[in-house]
Amino acid sequence: MDPAVFGTQAVSEALPDDPALKALQDFATDAKYDRGELTITVARENIISAAEALRQASFIFFEDVTGVDWYPSEPRFQISYSFLSFALKRRVRVVVRLSGDDAVLDSLTPNWPAANFYEREVFDLFGVHFSGHPNLRRIMMPEDWQGHPLRKDYPVEGYR
Amino acid sequence: MSPIAAPDQINPGIEDVIADSERRHHGNDPIADQTMVINMGPQHPSTHGVLRLVLEIDGETVVSLAPDIGYLHTGIEKTCEAKFYQQVVPLTDRIDYLAPMINNTAYALAVEKLLQLDIPDKAQWLRVLFNELMRINSHLVWLGTHAMDIGALTVFLYCFREREKLLRIFEAVSGQRMMTSYIRIGGVSLEPPIGLFESIRDFLNEFPSKIDEYESLLTGNPIWINRLKGVGYISPEDAIALGVTGPPLRAAGIDFDVRKAMPYSSYEKFQFNVPVSTESDVWARYVLRMQEMRESVKICHQVLDGMPEGRIVADAPKIILPDREQMKTQMESLIHHFKIVTEGFAVPAGEATSSVEAGHGMMNYYVVSDGTAKPYRVHMRNADFANLQALETMCKGRLLADVVAVIGSIDIVLGAIDR
Repeated sequence: MDPAVFGTQAVSEALPDDPALKALQDFATDAKYDRGELTITVARENIISAAEALRQASFIFFEDVTGVDWYPSEPRFQISYSFLSFALKRRVRVVVRLSGDDAVLDSLTPNWPAANFYEREVFDLFGVHFSGHPNLRRIMMPEDWQGHPLRKDYPVEGYR
Repeated sequence: MSPIAAPDQINPGIEDVIADSERRHHGNDPIADQTMVINMGPQHPSTHGVLRLVLEIDGETVVSLAPDIGYLHTGIEKTCEAKFYQQVVPLTDRIDYLAPMINNTAYALAVEKLLQLDIPDKAQWLRVLFNELMRINSHLVWLGTHAMDIGALTVFLYCFREREKLLRIFEAVSGQRMMTSYIRIGGVSLEPPIGLFESIRDFLNEFPSKIDEYESLLTGNPIWINRLKGVGYISPEDAIALGVTGPPLRAAGIDFDVRKAMPYSSYEKFQFNVPVSTESDVWARYVLRMQEMRESVKICHQVLDGMPEGRIVADAPKIILPDREQMKTQMESLIHHFKIVTEGFAVPAGEATSSVEAGHGMMNYYVVSDGTAKPYRVHMRNADFANLQALETMCKGRLLADVVAVIGSIDIVLGAIDR
C-alpha cells in the first residue's frame, strides 16, 4: 500500500493526472490520499459547483452523504460526500467542514435527486441544515424528537 | 447522461402528498378533480417489513406517493460507536438480515483497509463462497415473497424449501442459521467442518434444476406475465440520478456490478457474467435475478474446485483471537486473547470506505477511526435506502395494484433502510 499523502500540493504531485483532482483544482482547500482513497476538502459555499465539476469529470453517480461529529474540537462537523464514476471505476470523497454554531450548507438535492434521503438523514441525526432542500424533515426519528442522536454529546443510551 | 433536474421530480414527502391532494379538492368540479389519500402499511404484508406509504390516488391511478420510514430505526450506527471493532460484527448481521455474511464482508473490508491487513487466500475464497450462497439465499426470499405478493403462493413454499438447505449449510459452518457473524475482521471465524464442501456441492448440483422449476411455474404463466411486463419502468438517466444500484440499475441497461468493476476479496479470479437488460420493468428485474442465481452457482463451483490450502485468518496475533488450543497451551496467546477481549485493539486513525455487491445492490461501509479501540463513526450505505427513492418514479401514473409489484421488484429490507 502506498504511504499516505497529505496536503493539496503533495497530492497533486503524487497523482498528477487524477481526473477528480483536476476537476476540483479551483475548489480544493485540502486533499488527502490515504489507503488508496482520495479525499478532497472544499469550502462549504463551493459544494454545488464542486459537485458539478465532478459530474463533468464523469463522476455522475451520487453515492451518499454522511456526517462525522468531531465534538468538542472545531470545526465540529465533517460532511463526507461520495461520488462514483462508472467510466473510471472509482470513487472520490468530498469533505466539507462546518463549525458547530453555524452548521448550514447548500443542498445538492435540486441537482442530485439521490441526495434527498441522505441529506434528510444527516439533518435528522446530526442537526446539520441543508438550505434549498425541498423537504428537509426528520426521516428516521419521530417528528417531535428532541436532539440529534448521532452527535457525540448525545448519550448512547439516550436521555432517560 | 443528464440527470433529472426539475425540482418537481424530486420525491415528495408525505406532507406534500396530503397537501397536494387537498389543493386538488378545491377545483371547480368536485367529482372530476377529487383524489384520495390512502395509507399503506406499516403493517401491510406486501411492504416487506414496516414500510409505510402514503399514496394519493385518482380512481385506481397513483398520482403521487411518499414512503415513510424509520419504524425499524434502532440506531445501529450509534451503537457501533460504543463497541469494540470486533463487537460491531454481530450488529452488521442485523442490518440486511437476509444476507448477513455480505454485511460482515463489507465491514471487515473497511476495517482491514484501516489496519492494512493482508488476508490469506483461503479466507478470501471462503468469503466469496459464502457471499454467493448468501446472494442465492437473499434472492430466494425475494422470489418467494415477490411471487406471493402477486398471488403465486406455491413458489413461496418451494423457495423456502431450498432456503432451508442453505440455512443448514450456514448453521454447519457458523453455528447459527441466520445471524451468522461468520466473516470477521482478518478472515473468517472457523475452519469449515469436514463434509461441508460435499453438502454445498450437493446443493449446487441440484439447485439449477430448482431454478428451472420456479421458472416453469412463473415464466410462462399469463397472470405473472401480465402483472410484471411493462410495469415499474424507470429510465437509465433517472435510475442514475436517484442513486439506484443492483438489479434495478442493471435492468435499466447500465452494466455496473461492484464485483466486476471494483473487485474485492479476489472476485477478479472467477469467471462469471453480469446479466444486463434494457427493458427496465419488473419483468426484466425478475429475469435478471433468476440469471444472477445461476451465475452465483457457477462462482461457487469455481471456488470449491480451486479452494486453496492455508490459514483462514491473517497473521496478526494482536488483532485476531488465537484458537482455543493455542490459548490454553501458550502464555503468549493467552495474553493476546485476554487483551483483545477486554481492551479490543487500536486501529490507526483515518477513514476508509469499502464497497461490495450485496443481493440488493451496492453496499458501502464508511468507517472512521480516531486511533482508539472503538470506531469513531460507522456509516452504512445500503442499496435499499437509495433504491426506495426510485419507488415514486416507478409507480407514478400506474395502477395501485402495481405498487405492490414494484415494491417486490426493488427488493427492499427495512432493516437495511432504517438501520
